[in-house]
Amino acid sequence: MNPVSSPKSPGSINPHEAIHRDPDMVIFGFWVFMMSDLIFFGVVFAIYITMVGATAGGPGPKELFDFGSLFAQTMLLLTSSLTAGIATVIVKHERSRAAFLFWVVITLLLGMGFLALELYDFAGMAEKGGVPQRSGYLSAFFGLVPLHGLHVTFGCLWMIVLIVQVFTMGLGDVVKLRFLRLALFWHFLDLIWIGIFSVVYFGGWVYG
Amino acid sequence: MNNLDYGWLGKLNWDSLVFSGFLERPSVSEAVASVAGSIVILATVGILFLLTWFKVWGTLWRDWLTSTDHKRIGIMYIAFAIVMLVRGLLEGMVMRAQQAAAPEGFLYADHFAQLFSTHGTIMVFFVAVPFLVGLINFAMPLQIGARDVAFPVLNQISLAVTVSSGILLMVSLVVGQFSTGGWSAYPPYTGADFSPGVGPDYWIWAIVFSGAGTTLTGINFTVTVYKCRGPGMHLFRMPLFCWTVLCASILMIFAMPPLSVAALMLGLDRYLDFHFFTNDLGGNMMNYANLFWLFGHPEVYLLVLPAYGIFSEVFSTYSAKTLYGYKSLVIATMCIAILSFTVWLHHFFTMGQSPTINIAFGIATMLIAVPTGVKVYDWMATMYRGRIRFTTPMVYAIGFLILFVIGGLSGVILANPTVDFQVHNTLFLVAHFHNVLIPGVLFGILAGYNYWFPKAFGFRLNDKWGKRSAYLWFAGFMVTFFPLYGAGLLGMPRRSFSYADLTFKPYMIVAFIGAMIVLAALISLVIQFIVSIRDRKKTQVPVGDPWDGRSLEWNSPAPVPAYNFVEIPKVTDRDAFTEAKEHGEAYKRPKVYRDIELPKNNPLGFILCVVSGILMFALVWYIWWLALISALTILVAVIAATFRKETEYIIPASQLEKDTEAWLALVEKSEAVSRDLEDSPRNVGLAKLEI
Ligand code: HEM
Ligand SMILES: [Cu+2]
Repeated sequence: MNPVSSPKSPGSINPHEAIHRDPDMVIFGFWVFMMSDLIFFGVVFAIYITMVGATAGGPGPKELFDFGSLFAQTMLLLTSSLTAGIATVIVKHERSRAAFLFWVVITLLLGMGFLALELYDFAGMAEKGGVPQRSGYLSAFFGLVPLHGLHVTFGCLWMIVLIVQVFTMGLGDVVKLRFLRLALFWHFLDLIWIGIFSVVYFGGWVYG
Repeated sequence: MNNLDYGWLGKLNWDSLVFSGFLERPSVSEAVASVAGSIVILATVGILFLLTWFKVWGTLWRDWLTSTDHKRIGIMYIAFAIVMLVRGLLEGMVMRAQQAAAPEGFLYADHFAQLFSTHGTIMVFFVAVPFLVGLINFAMPLQIGARDVAFPVLNQISLAVTVSSGILLMVSLVVGQFSTGGWSAYPPYTGADFSPGVGPDYWIWAIVFSGAGTTLTGINFTVTVYKCRGPGMHLFRMPLFCWTVLCASILMIFAMPPLSVAALMLGLDRYLDFHFFTNDLGGNMMNYANLFWLFGHPEVYLLVLPAYGIFSEVFSTYSAKTLYGYKSLVIATMCIAILSFTVWLHHFFTMGQSPTINIAFGIATMLIAVPTGVKVYDWMATMYRGRIRFTTPMVYAIGFLILFVIGGLSGVILANPTVDFQVHNTLFLVAHFHNVLIPGVLFGILAGYNYWFPKAFGFRLNDKWGKRSAYLWFAGFMVTFFPLYGAGLLGMPRRSFSYADLTFKPYMIVAFIGAMIVLAALISLVIQFIVSIRDRKKTQVPVGDPWDGRSLEWNSPAPVPAYNFVEIPKVTDRDAFTEAKEHGEAYKRPKVYRDIELPKNNPLGFILCVVSGILMFALVWYIWWLALISALTILVAVIAATFRKETEYIIPASQLEKDTEAWLALVEKSEAVSRDLEDSPRNVGLAKLEI
């Protein structure tokens, strides 16, 4: 546990705050966590794929998906990954706290926009009879896609907590390190979304 | 969605209490259930009373419940596992009694089904896993020369959810019923159509929460082994135990998610009327079987690998030799870890897939015998020409070697699909898996318990009672389970609460006698503990190296101080401590004393334990408002914890100097004893150098 002394961080309220754990270790730990989460998603994907045909006479992908909205969701999420990236660069180059907060807030708004559209889509599906109780296929759909949505929700919450912490604890090493993990997580969710988009939506469009 | 239409207390009512069953229709079966429930209640009240009487709440809170010290967390894991072991074993006895008394019997079918479901669930998830995690927590960071695990608070949280899940299982003895679907909880039987009660919900939440704890533990241990090794401790200088821990941790990371997914999907089916595994509307229960065993098979290696690690330490220490074929043992461990993911399908050879697939999985299964064989030969070669001492851990290790090979061989037999078609779901299988789990995992656990106990508490366990217990275990195990191979070959199905064919009866009676011998073994274990505490003045080993140990954990006083080592030892070779002793580097005064920083106590773990317990209970009983409140509390507690600022405290150099000088003075005036005298009162933990 080499305590890492904190370099001067601009705008930090508490410049003496130092992290007590090797940042390398903390980030590595987070990678390992994501590996486990990836397995979690992978398994749910596998189940989804085995249940694609199991519509039991209920509505299938062709009837249910709204591609316009999906395109918008994808754009929102991909852009938010970009803005999270910009915030990371700002942290790296120790630019101003305001700029950092600005990009985090943008990321947060994009994430919430994504969630709003996703919920709107689910409501639309429900209107067409696409509820998870209807068939194995729909159960698998609602096991997979909202799982991603739940992760996004969690990421948003995390951002809110971080924003509060920037104000109360300053943008010290601890908060920075937390943000770096959040950014990793956020890119990871993008990746999962690309999987969902290709397998669930695009696949549904092609084969559904 | 009528699931939402329950009142304030959800499904709870007077009839949910176990005692009401007895009052309404008195019978032996209900009496057994009521007695079990009363034991839980009385034990809880008794413990709370004693803690208050002896005014230990303060100490308990400061030194244990809020501790982030890996050694204390490890010890709490083990204490928890021992409580669960007692329950699990007693359930085994009751089941054996039922089958010995069948066809008359004394239990209802449902009650018997609950017994094998809780027994299996408890033994695997709440005895074997936490016991091993406890031993790993205690020993692994010491062995690699670390101050703590990578994430101490996470470690606390893992313990918290494991314990609260275990408490939930205890509560199921008093309120409501546990699942009757076996430890694997196959749907559609465990779905809402066939099991409308709360039983499977108990199973689901206990599995989801404790499973999350295990996943986090896996992450924690993996990072610890990768990133926290002391100077010079290369991967290939790690004690073998650390290697097995690394592989088992990776199994935790990869194998636990399928189980969580399976259990959560089953939960969605039950709670929200989804159709993942139902019979109708496109559900597919084979998905469950695949998910469950995608977890379940690696799980058994997750259990047995650390036990192999413990045996490796034991063989090497008590033969006073370096481990033979270290590299081959490492490679074999890795092979087993990888192969364990390729065989899950052998659990459902009979469920209708093509012969080609069966053959492929059969061969993959048999392949595991190869690295396992390598290990067995390495262990034997380690003993060859060693100066073996028959201490309790060594007795367990040798018993393991012999009995485990038998279990392994019966596994190879089962890996043949054609044979499996004959004995599938018979007692042959039950005999097989107990034959690997008891010698492999349980003996490993008990060996580790005897081996590291003096390190943890500063005094040795009584060797006589230890050995008595070990021999009783051997005998009890053999008498209980070998007849089951026979009964299985004769076609007696597993999980039968009764049977019509009286050919089986003699086997069951013998097995029951065996279970009574196991009971004697358990009692001996308890006696050993009590006697050891009574005699602790005579068996103290404050210097810290009672067995002439070879790895770093013996290089510190016993019990180990919070900071593990004043100065992290530099490692130049395998068997680091033996090396140090040889070159006169052991027990040396550090050149300078430097302050040490350690994680502070944290109440988070305890809070999560209580609140997650309430959350699970609320979910099981459909008490939605309570579930909501407790879920929010968990969220708030975790977020609040991230606002803590001073998370570390400093142990000043002066304190370290005082402690260390006292220890070195003790070393100075202690008599070094030879290995032959290690069980005598003269052994104060300073081993004589005998190469
Ligand atoms: C030596 C004491 C033990 C006795 C007397 C005992 C007895 C039993 C019995 C009677 C069954 C039910 C078999 C059937 O359904 O036909 C059973 C099942 C089982 N036991 Fe044990 N057992 C013991 C120790 C253990 C240990 C140490 C473990 C694991 C570490 C274990 C794991 C299991 C599992 C996983 C099942 C399967 C449960 C199921 O069918 O769902 N047992 N045991
Ligand atoms: Cu298996």
